[in-house]
Amino acid sequence: MSPEVETLVAILVATLRAGTPLVFAALGELVTEKSGVLNLGIEGMMLIGAVAGFIATVLTGCPFAGVVFAMLAGTLVSLLFGFLTLTLLTNQVATGLALTIFGIGLSAFVGLGYIGTPIQGLQPLAVPFLGEIPVLGPLLFRHDPLVYLSLALLAAVAWFLARTRAGLVLRAVGESHEAAHAIGYPVIAIRYLAVMFGGAMSGLAGAYLSLVYTPQWTENMTAGRGWIALALVVFATWRPARVLLGAYLFGGITIVGLHIQAAGFEASSHLLAMLPYLATILVLVLISRDATRIRLNAPAALGKPFHPDA
Amino acid sequence: MTDPMPPAPDSTVAAPPRLELRGITKRYPGVLANEGIDLRVAPGEIHALLGENGAGKSTLVKIIYGVVKADAGEMLWQGAPLGSHTPAQARHLGIGMVFQHFNLFDTLTVAENIALCIEGGGDLKALAGRIAEVSGRYGLPIDPLRHVHGLSVGERQRVEIVRCLLQDPKLLIMDEPTSVLTPLEVEKLFETLRRLAGEGCSILYISHKLDEIRALCQSATVLRGGRVSADCDPREETPKSLAEMMIGRELPVCRHREPPEDGAERLALDGLSLAAEDPFGTDLRDIRLTVRAGEIVGIAGVAGNGQNALLAALSGERRAPPGQVRLGGRPAGHLGPRARRARGLAFVPEERLGRGAVPGMTLADNALLTGYQKGMVRHGLVRFERTRAYAQEVVDAFKVVCGGIGAEARSLSGGNLQKFILGREILLEPALLILAYPTWGVDVGAAAQIRQAVIDLRDRGAGILVVSEELEELFEISDRIAVIGKGRLSPAKRTRDTGVEEVGRWMAGMFAPALDEGPKHVA
Repeated sequence: MSPEVETLVAILVATLRAGTPLVFAALGELVTEKSGVLNLGIEGMMLIGAVAGFIATVLTGCPFAGVVFAMLAGTLVSLLFGFLTLTLLTNQVATGLALTIFGIGLSAFVGLGYIGTPIQGLQPLAVPFLGEIPVLGPLLFRHDPLVYLSLALLAAVAWFLARTRAGLVLRAVGESHEAAHAIGYPVIAIRYLAVMFGGAMSGLAGAYLSLVYTPQWTENMTAGRGWIALALVVFATWRPARVLLGAYLFGGITIVGLHIQAAGFEASSHLLAMLPYLATILVLVLISRDATRIRLNAPAALGKPFHPDA
Repeated sequence: MTDPMPPAPDSTVAAPPRLELRGITKRYPGVLANEGIDLRVAPGEIHALLGENGAGKSTLVKIIYGVVKADAGEMLWQGAPLGSHTPAQARHLGIGMVFQHFNLFDTLTVAENIALCIEGGGDLKALAGRIAEVSGRYGLPIDPLRHVHGLSVGERQRVEIVRCLLQDPKLLIMDEPTSVLTPLEVEKLFETLRRLAGEGCSILYISHKLDEIRALCQSATVLRGGRVSADCDPREETPKSLAEMMIGRELPVCRHREPPEDGAERLALDGLSLAAEDPFGTDLRDIRLTVRAGEIVGIAGVAGNGQNALLAALSGERRAPPGQVRLGGRPAGHLGPRARRARGLAFVPEERLGRGAVPGMTLADNALLTGYQKGMVRHGLVRFERTRAYAQEVVDAFKVVCGGIGAEARSLSGGNLQKFILGREILLEPALLILAYPTWGVDVGAAAQIRQAVIDLRDRGAGILVVSEELEELFEISDRIAVIGKGRLSPAKRTRDTGVEEVGRWMAGMFAPALDEGPKHVA
């Protein structure tokens, strides 16, 4: 293999890894938003998931336990969000922002003693024979299990929303909660489930960062990825396939930026750090200008509180 | 109870009523919506629930369907008492409901919408077949694969009805079903309902339209102020006697006089074309119309045919090329709402709270919003004594029932708020007044008062344009009538030269658009 091909393969592999946490978080938010709930607390839930997964891995020595624990932690904080916004009918935007601030603070506090603690993170699978194939092997068969899980979940969510009756009900609740209530669907219960799924996915995204991507715990290690995931959902006009595209675009430009620096080009590191955020938003804005498509896919009841007796 | 038994096949034996209500009571904060309501619907009977807006009809049917829980009273289904039930359980029993505001999801297809309501509706292909079969059998053609946002209001109603029919209902509740239909569509709907009743399905038909109830229903329960005011056989009543049961007094009549022949041009639309802002909205195409001083022009049409875009283009909320809209003979298409008001335009929008008035502001402050021209502001400062005096003048002149001019706009009932907003505009003595759905949701008494105020303003020389869905109202007050359909406008005809039949045909889309409306009226 020539060194150029080797570099390219390395960049593509790293792109998948950089994009995966965004796929998880954005998928969770997509389902939450499709049910009509806007949860701006992804960043906070990711941090809580990251620190919970990390601590659980340190304590048990098993990164899989860490993953499970991170999802549980994410679900738990999303339940708090659900209780506030769905039961107590607080403002979803304000509550989501508060959740992010809460998550940043709580994770920093809980994780204080774990900064710099070394762990054995989740290892890539080594598929025999297939993994040895040049180029294709490292590209397709030598990833960690969560990369495959993210793709499977993406397909599952796309299928669930488009093909199943439960997915249809979820979309209906997000489209018009009054109508869904009038024909007898439990709007609040469905929204709780969607919010909890979003929390579990954010927790998983956080765990990917602290157990696979880095793997270590540092304060505020999500570095705004929660917000990017949120933007991805909107700019992808609530379609799973476009979320994947956006996530990998973001991951790819992050990695290319690192390689540019490593190759010794003179460029401000701050500028390079900005680039993936800018490029992702730019591209997604450009491909989602069709107003009709947005109306068809956007949940019409997004962010609106629902009270059954009103 | 003196309900005559209808000629239904299974009513020869003294079968229990399909539905019986005993002493249903429902209280909302500040309002007693239903008080001790008794009601019986026999199998195969078309039973009317008659009452004004706010009489408690909608609350009662929501209780029957299980959307709202009653505070007291009991409900019997085929003789057996029903505890508290959910809409899903109601559907399971065989109660189907067609809501006034359709419970449809715009971004889903017809089949998906129906699947949401049917148990085991997972297989969309099989369901599409059943939909086609049922819609064919009852003369309700719809395409299962179309998205709901692309359907007309009449088609949407068909979706709701087919959705109910697929569940083999024993009782079908129709809440104000004809308020959105053209006269032709109303006839077809009645045929479907009569056929259903003939097959033994009971129908509870809610309306405030007396002619329809007399044509369709075998018995009627009349509600007034949340209570049953009468039970009767509407076929044996006159519209006058039914109206008296409904509002407790005689219907007020408007005074009228002939308009002058050739007034000055107040508003002219010259080939107004405008793309809809909303992707599901209707584009305006080449609209031509003239409104002169001293006349009322009515625009009829089923909602969703471009009325919103037209009203926005008239008020100035949306701009058009200058020459396409003329006010007082001068181009005004490019002007915003404030500049148009300075030229003598006054506008009463459809939504009272939010566009017509600011809900959380007092009546006095709301009066200031459009009355600022009348010397209420000097050097950029508000002159509160004038503002309050003006608001008080409006309240007095239009008999607005409110807790004083310091009351918040949202605290007023729909009819009183409408009287206030209309009064605020009329007392400005505008050269041109544009009204959107002026008596929508307003009780009969207030509606008559509003119509009289509009006619009086016309008699003082203003040009008036009324956009409404209520044909009776338009025929009562308009000097000329035009119809808007699919974003085009028909020629405006003198009211006395046309009739409900012709306008009904136009509403169904059968007209040649006005090509060039010259200075003379099209006759």
